[in-house]
Amino acid sequence: MLFGGFVLLPIVLGLWISLHHWDYTLPRRPFVGLDNYRNLLEPGSVAFEPFWNAMEATGIFTLFSVPLLIVVPLVVAMVMNEKFPGRNFFRAVYFAPYVLGVAVVGVMWRFLLDRNIGAVNSYLGALGLPDAVAWLSSLPAAWVALVGVTVWWTLGFNAVIYLAGLQDIPTELYDAARIDGAGRWSIIWNVTLPGLRPVTMFVTIVTLIASANMFGQSFIMTDGAPAQQTRTAIFYIAETGLQNFQMGQAAAASWILTAALMLLSLVVFGVFRARGAMDVS
Amino acid sequence: MRHRTLTSAALSRRGFITVTAGGLLVAGCGGGQGPGGGSEEGVGGFTGEAYDGPALTLAYWNGFTGGDGPSMQALVKSFVSEHDNIDVENNTVEWLDFYQRLPAAAQAGKGPDVGVMHLDQLATNAARSVIVPLDDLAEALELSEDDFAESVWGPGIYQDERYGIPLDVHTLAMYYNPDHFERAGISEPPTDAASLDEACRALQAAGFDTPMWMPNLWPAHLMFLSLLWQFGGEPYAEDGSSATYDDEAGVQALTWMREQVDKGYSPENVDIDAQYVAFKNGQNSITWDGIWQILDLEDSGARYGIAPIPVIGDEQAAWANSHNFFMTSQAAEDEDRANAAKTFIGWMSDQSAAWADAGMIPARNSEREKAQFTDSPQASLGDQIDALHFLPPVPGLGDVQVQTLEVGVSEGVLGRRSPEEALSNQASDATELMEQNLERFGG
Repeated sequence: MLFGGFVLLPIVLGLWISLHHWDYTLPRRPFVGLDNYRNLLEPGSVAFEPFWNAMEATGIFTLFSVPLLIVVPLVVAMVMNEKFPGRNFFRAVYFAPYVLGVAVVGVMWRFLLDRNIGAVNSYLGALGLPDAVAWLSSLPAAWVALVGVTVWWTLGFNAVIYLAGLQDIPTELYDAARIDGAGRWSIIWNVTLPGLRPVTMFVTIVTLIASANMFGQSFIMTDGAPAQQTRTAIFYIAETGLQNFQMGQAAAASWILTAALMLLSLVVFGVFRARGAMDVS
Repeated sequence: MRHRTLTSAALSRRGFITVTAGGLLVAGCGGGQGPGGGSEEGVGGFTGEAYDGPALTLAYWNGFTGGDGPSMQALVKSFVSEHDNIDVENNTVEWLDFYQRLPAAAQAGKGPDVGVMHLDQLATNAARSVIVPLDDLAEALELSEDDFAESVWGPGIYQDERYGIPLDVHTLAMYYNPDHFERAGISEPPTDAASLDEACRALQAAGFDTPMWMPNLWPAHLMFLSLLWQFGGEPYAEDGSSATYDDEAGVQALTWMREQVDKGYSPENVDIDAQYVAFKNGQNSITWDGIWQILDLEDSGARYGIAPIPVIGDEQAAWANSHNFFMTSQAAEDEDRANAAKTFIGWMSDQSAAWADAGMIPARNSEREKAQFTDSPQASLGDQIDALHFLPPVPGLGDVQVQTLEVGVSEGVLGRRSPEEALSNQASDATELMEQNLERFGG
């Protein structure tokens, strides 16, 4: 019942809507077959460029944010796993931004990163660095800003998961490695990382999906600027469906995005399984 | 003048019926079918008499989230205190969300009975059957074209029926920092391209390096439209079939905007809202923005001057919009609600001079003569009323503009594309979208 109502029905309905010119405020919702998909996939149509532009933006964002969000939290987690004074305080500090909503994060950074009146450029200038970077309205600075803010915002979440994973690795393994005379790096490479594989796979897939669904940051911070270069796929879908009331087109776009994401997840699964198989052999 | 104001206030206290008693036309034109049709009994036949049926509560939606909010709430309060049988439940939704939420809520039967929306959204919502015609109300209120500037009267009509009762007119104005002007030895606010250029140079000489910041996002497209009209262009074909802003007038307009950056009057890449924040902080001497910012500037205590935007092109012109009362088809289904809603709109329309407190220009010619407006900061813009231009009543135009014109203007101001290229790309996309819309909304 739950599965049917909240999972199956929306999927089928989405597919159904994507085959229509579906403006839910109008009585006429003509069936158009695959026209919505054709519009999105055929070069030269009005929808083609904005949509693929948005897909490209999502791709760029994912490409840069996912590796950073896998590696940086891992390093943070390993440091936080050591024993040192004030450890709990630092753990809290790294996790803190994650409790903020995207609206808070977006508006705050929008002001901090403003090219002409923002604090970031002002401090850069005080340090004698270039102080005229248009963080929110030029490329590639806007991507640096969006990825940077996202890493700052969500790294705490991934770090906490890594930390839990680290604490699950039995201490005997470390002891054994040390007795065998392994050095610090060798222990990380041969004990810590393999022990974290299931956690890393989880983090990778969750981060991948979260990044591919990025919307709020660019909606609030850059509003897609410059032009529509930082308008992501979800941004495009939301605008098309909810603002322009072209639900059919938006549903079709969602299906294309979903297909791409499923493919990508399969690839990630494949990579991790292949590596797992190698280690066992 | 003073006497007039008093009389009007006294009259309105007894209900506007006294005012309109002379013109009781039984309009009876209930046959006005929007594309949705069907659910419109209760529309028409409003005679102008205040609602006297059983007590009910009207759901009233608007987007006055800014400095104009308290003014509207005060008006609602005094309406309720004068009408025992009508209570008003006020729901304020940010404009940005308003136009998404209203059709959805109306569709679900959870929408408002009455509300306020922008003039350029009336056609869209009429085509979606969210709102119903108000011709009988306009007649009962004796609202006539003579009492309004033609430019604000016309766009409220969609397919020969009137859907909105205009409350105010708002436009772009030029704000300037009087202290900066004084230090630069400028005595009069600039009125044309030459004097504006001169003022900018004088300000630079006085140590204000970037005296006029050029935004590339909001309100850049409003500046662009104003300039386009000044150069004698029209952004869209009246029948909604094509976008025409990539002609010579459009190119001249966008070229001028970009030039201000090239000349160094504006820094590069002015981010969202930065030009306005900088103006409040005294980093920016001249900025063009909506008159709705007046209240905010007053509250902030910043010193500012206000003047009509200079004539950069060949003739005086400025973009404008208007807040309009509407009634939903949901209210029209119930005759009591419909009459109560019309009573509300009629009463409010009579108060539009009081609305000048919210920084707006009253839409009715007669209301603009009252002291509440003539003493307001925006009064200097009142003379401009005949030079104001509104977007044509084309369903779905607002959504098209966001995706196309606004993007082109942004690219042009940022210097990413030449004005010609930026505009022609977007205009051809816009034309295609507009053609699709004509089909979608059934022409």
